[in-house]
Amino acid sequence: MNAIEVNNIVKKFGDFTAVNGVSFAVEDGEIFGLLGPNGAGKSTLIRMLTTLMPPTSGTATVNGHDIVKEADGVRRSIGVIPQAMTSDLELSVNENLLIFAKLYGVPRDRRKKLIASLLEAVELTQWADKQVKNLSGGMRRRVEIARGLVHEPRIFFLDEPTTGLDPVSRVAVWEMLQKIKQHRDLTILITTHYMDEADKLCDRIAIVDHGELKALDSPLKLKASIPGKNVIEVSFADPPPDWRTTIERLPGVEGVTEEDHVFRIASASGPATTTALMEAAAQMRVPVRSLSIQSTTLDDVFVHYAGRALRDALQAATPQDSPFMIRRG
Amino acid sequence: MHRILAIVERELRRFKRSPMLIVMSMIMPLVQLVVLGYAFGGNVKHLKVAIVDQDHGVPAIKIREMAQAASSGARTIDTIEYADPGQALNDLRNGRVNGVLTIPPEFSRRVLQKNQPRVALVADNTDTFVSVALASTVSAMLGAYNQPATAARIPGQATLDVVEVYPYVPYVQYLLPGSICMSIFMMVMIGGGIIFIDDKARGLHEGYLVTPISKLELIAGFNLSGTIKAVLSGFVLMTVGSLIAGVPNPFEVMRLFRLFVVIVATAFCLISLMFLLMVRVTDPLLPRAMFGVLNTVLYFPSGAVYPQQGFPAWMQAIAAVDPFTYAVHAFKSLLLRNTGFEAIYGDLGYLLVFSIISMSAATMLFRRTL
Repeated sequence: MNAIEVNNIVKKFGDFTAVNGVSFAVEDGEIFGLLGPNGAGKSTLIRMLTTLMPPTSGTATVNGHDIVKEADGVRRSIGVIPQAMTSDLELSVNENLLIFAKLYGVPRDRRKKLIASLLEAVELTQWADKQVKNLSGGMRRRVEIARGLVHEPRIFFLDEPTTGLDPVSRVAVWEMLQKIKQHRDLTILITTHYMDEADKLCDRIAIVDHGELKALDSPLKLKASIPGKNVIEVSFADPPPDWRTTIERLPGVEGVTEEDHVFRIASASGPATTTALMEAAAQMRVPVRSLSIQSTTLDDVFVHYAGRALRDALQAATPQDSPFMIRRG
Repeated sequence: MHRILAIVERELRRFKRSPMLIVMSMIMPLVQLVVLGYAFGGNVKHLKVAIVDQDHGVPAIKIREMAQAASSGARTIDTIEYADPGQALNDLRNGRVNGVLTIPPEFSRRVLQKNQPRVALVADNTDTFVSVALASTVSAMLGAYNQPATAARIPGQATLDVVEVYPYVPYVQYLLPGSICMSIFMMVMIGGGIIFIDDKARGLHEGYLVTPISKLELIAGFNLSGTIKAVLSGFVLMTVGSLIAGVPNPFEVMRLFRLFVVIVATAFCLISLMFLLMVRVTDPLLPRAMFGVLNTVLYFPSGAVYPQQGFPAWMQAIAAVDPFTYAVHAFKSLLLRNTGFEAIYGDLGYLLVFSIISMSAATMLFRRTL
């Protein structure tokens, strides 16, 4: 049985369609990523699956329970980390977990042991009695991860769990999720707009944009499914009008896109194409502003399937987040 | 039930860490009790009265002497002699004196002729309290003036003997029931409504909504925790307020128990009303904006500061449904008359029915989704 099954689900807000006929299935025990830019419909989708929002049409089951007809069954099966930090700042770490254990009806004799093991898993044991308001953003997120697991759910939903965290905290959250997953029978559905996060964490990824599912497969297969093993990104000062045609004829080139004199070249052989490109630029006296060469990433996969770069994500990200930071001028 | 208790526990743990909340909920009612209680409770004194004697006869001198006696005795008025009536009236218009008592030139002759002798009081009626106090003092003065020199051995006229059932009730005691209601209301608004909407805006309620908790359990949990907080606030204010206002025997056990019951009923009623009003609100500014309006609409028509019999019909209609009315009535019965439950069954019944209706409506209107 699949942990989650989504069939042609639609969510409309007036005239605006946030999710448009999305279908997919999440297998038991896998980490499944919903990847897309801000406003792609990821959060709306996760809110429907966690019973926070009724769908306009379509159906979905979570742990075998219909999200509309058997909402309480769904709620008993899931742990949810919403996008916003929702821990009680005035309460201590331990109290936050205790209250939610009681809300879920975790028996008294198991609560203490369970909370202790979760605090250990998220490395917050020494902070158990501190008020959440005194913790850093990354630590608060770890409190929420522990809180979401306090009733031992079968399926764990995380809505952009690392948004707003510094790179070190993000990596810490990834490692903790992987560690927790190793010791539990848990299916994880995670939404993110960070490509590297999806690449490192997820067994399979669904790329969502404009409320539609654009592609779904493992990160490796998704990367293999698009042309080119390398992506060369090169910026020229004043390229001639037929420059793109010239590039397309270079050895190894499988595809070229251009925006503001910045060319993204998908190549089967990065070094050969780069050498030929430099020679052509020198011969035609076209000044090169910048050049970088990368292996194919999920960013390229997204551009290929969604047809545009993740501008929102790139704006928010630090240089370490994406190898494709474009510096112009 | 365990889910309701989990919500109550969470709210009370947070409350314990915010001691300023309970202090803030009591500051305004206490300040109002003390300031209004002592500002309105006293008698008006030292009103400036210009005496213009145009007669100078013996009866006129007697009037002036009686005015001076009132000035040095009860001190309701301070007299100032004026020779020029025009100057006196001018000073009245400019607010330098509160009234002008004129003894006309023919006064003494008319007294002796028993031909309708009159004195005139020209009063500044921009302040009703002042003009009424002035008229009352001068009327009493003339009443004394008109008494015969020797009284009849057996009076032939009917007289009124007033017997007051309870000891003198100063205005500060009269205000106390309304202040207790207000402290409960303040806690309901600050510790209930505003925190509820702020939590909602911060996304904290999402945490609740993804658990298997029911709508009724959620509302009951919020109502119960809000009631406990408001009861604490109301009880502390009742105790402190009773000591400030000088309520006799404030720690009588049975009365304290009855007061506790009324405080619980009032707190539960107001928190139910508040959640009914807030159940669909998402904007954190709205409860703050509603705060003042609700306070005015609930507090003033309740009879807490002025008898409802003096209200226009539309305001009496508001008072009839206002839960403050019944709470204030019950507190007045217990604090000022020291009655038993038999005097407040109706009040408790109304508060209970109002609570059940409000809580049921809030549960129906509550959205289990975002």
